[in-house]
Amino acid sequence: MALVAPTEAPIIEVSHVSTRFGPAIVHQDVSLTVIRGEVFAIAGGNGCGKSTLLREIIGLLTPTTGSIRLLGANSRELEQPDGSPLHRRFGVMFQHGALFSSMTLSENVAVPLKEHTTLSARLIREIVALKIALVGLPPDSAVKFPSELSGGMRRRAALARAIVMDPELLFLDEPTAGLDPMIAAGFDDLVLELKRLLGLTVVMVTHDLDSLWRIADRVAVLGEGRVLGMGTMEALAASEDPLLRGYFHGPRGRAAQQNHVGASP
Amino acid sequence: MARRSTTEREEQPATVTLVEGRTLRCQGAWTMSEVGKVERVLAVMDWPAGGAFRFEGSGIAAFDTGGAVVLSRAVMDARLRGCEVTVEGLRSEYLQLMSLVSANWSVMMAHVAVRPDRTQLLTALLRRSMTQALQGVEFVGRTSTALLHLIRSPARLRWRSTLNSLRLDGVNALPITGLLTFLIGVVIAYQGAEQLRKFGTNIFIVDLVGISLLREIAPLIAAILIAGRSGSAYAAQIGTMKVTEELDALQTFGLSPIDLLVLPRVLALVVALPLLTVYADVLGVFGGMLIASNQLNVSFTAFLSRFEEAVALRHFLIGIGKAPIFAVIIALVGCYQGFQIRGGVDDVGRHTTISVVQSIFLVIIFDALCSILLNWWSL
Repeated sequence: MALVAPTEAPIIEVSHVSTRFGPAIVHQDVSLTVIRGEVFAIAGGNGCGKSTLLREIIGLLTPTTGSIRLLGANSRELEQPDGSPLHRRFGVMFQHGALFSSMTLSENVAVPLKEHTTLSARLIREIVALKIALVGLPPDSAVKFPSELSGGMRRRAALARAIVMDPELLFLDEPTAGLDPMIAAGFDDLVLELKRLLGLTVVMVTHDLDSLWRIADRVAVLGEGRVLGMGTMEALAASEDPLLRGYFHGPRGRAAQQNHVGASP
Repeated sequence: MARRSTTEREEQPATVTLVEGRTLRCQGAWTMSEVGKVERVLAVMDWPAGGAFRFEGSGIAAFDTGGAVVLSRAVMDARLRGCEVTVEGLRSEYLQLMSLVSANWSVMMAHVAVRPDRTQLLTALLRRSMTQALQGVEFVGRTSTALLHLIRSPARLRWRSTLNSLRLDGVNALPITGLLTFLIGVVIAYQGAEQLRKFGTNIFIVDLVGISLLREIAPLIAAILIAGRSGSAYAAQIGTMKVTEELDALQTFGLSPIDLLVLPRVLALVVALPLLTVYADVLGVFGGMLIASNQLNVSFTAFLSRFEEAVALRHFLIGIGKAPIFAVIIALVGCYQGFQIRGGVDDVGRHTTISVVQSIFLVIIFDALCSILLNWWSL
């Protein structure tokens, strides 16, 4: 982003984070930074602590040691019982949507607006409608309950709820897991489109190599409790590190890379 | 593409001022947390009818989709009043948000217009309760045929789960059932003692406690306890299995959920509830006996010899006879509600509640019917 002044502090700064659950060591001295305006992906094998790191960044878990700064504040601030203004500045889309099952889609999307603003009911309905339209859901889905929506629609609904407050920062936990390739590709495009329209910084946890090639500006690969490598996909794919090679040069990794190279001349 | 000045996060309030009736000066942070005030001011503003109207936006310090929706609507309102509207001074990134809103305006209005149709909701509700009643009948039918199959080849019974259910729903319920009926026996004897002492007919405490407990109260208390304890558990267990697709997995192995889950529970309760009722009878009468000797000077031996002559065997048999039918009601309602669960977490809680309410309701209805019928036949 050319507009970003070079002096601006990173939007997320994870420094020397270690996490232990009892005897199990999840992270050891993990450090990374996310710059405003980029799509940053956290990748790595199953159980390497990607989702744990995400939960630590958004304040749901506290790391054993180390510190995390989020939007210029310590993420510990998020633990305050009466909530922090920081909560309004980021949105999270959980892996399975985490839509409230007792509410309709539009009520789900309206929750943050009702809780955090003094807007009129009519304006809330309009903003909710705008966000639902932006994620590409049809008008009649607004009055449906989550159990009546398909998996792909639920994912879009969760995204609409995550962006309803116009966050600066959007977190996606495995946004394309379990979606068919067409819908997953559509979802990738949607994330890019919203990022452009709303000026979002996106942090996503994903396994999806196609997504990584298509939309990630930079990727951090976690493994063995540390950051194995961080950089653009091209740089990571060219790395000689045997663990990274295993991740990116398996049969699926190569296919995803070829797809990407073929698709973008 | 920073659409808000991030250095000035402490947002100054959004304001609008009407200058010379033809220009609206917009200032401050037009963000979701601030723009509510502006919206209220705009709603009651005196718009000129026709002519040129200018929105002056250079004073807007921060802007998000909330602000964009408010401003877009103000522009629309002014146009509707026949004004020629110009919007000036907005930064380019704010203009982008404005065009995002106007590009989606018609879709948004379609969204806002979608409301659940009330008559449709009513017919849907009626249809749903009809199908539910039919499904209930179907469920009873399927369980009955499965039971007939089982009678023809008893080896098919799932002994393990039946015995397990017997332990969980019968044996483990002994302490609470015993304690409660003991206390009920105590309460009935206390209340009766007051009245009987007035007439000096102390010994009739035996008739009061014996007949009411054996015939009505012990079976009912046991049934209500089991409905709350086991009926709800059946609904939650089967419902959770349904949500996690375990029931579907069973069916792909060619195993019938009715054989595997429903019949063992029904049979276990049919055995357990009459036994629990006998146990409840004993402890309830014992509670009454304690109070009788304590308050009315009716000794244990006097109580028991009077018991033999006053309480006919049929009272005990009627009480015990109702118990298996209560058991069938409770087990069937619990399992049926479990199978009715669709969707998620919310549904499990709802149907668990329904199972308890329905089974207690049906148990009491059936009990009342019994009383009326038996009274006709003067039993």
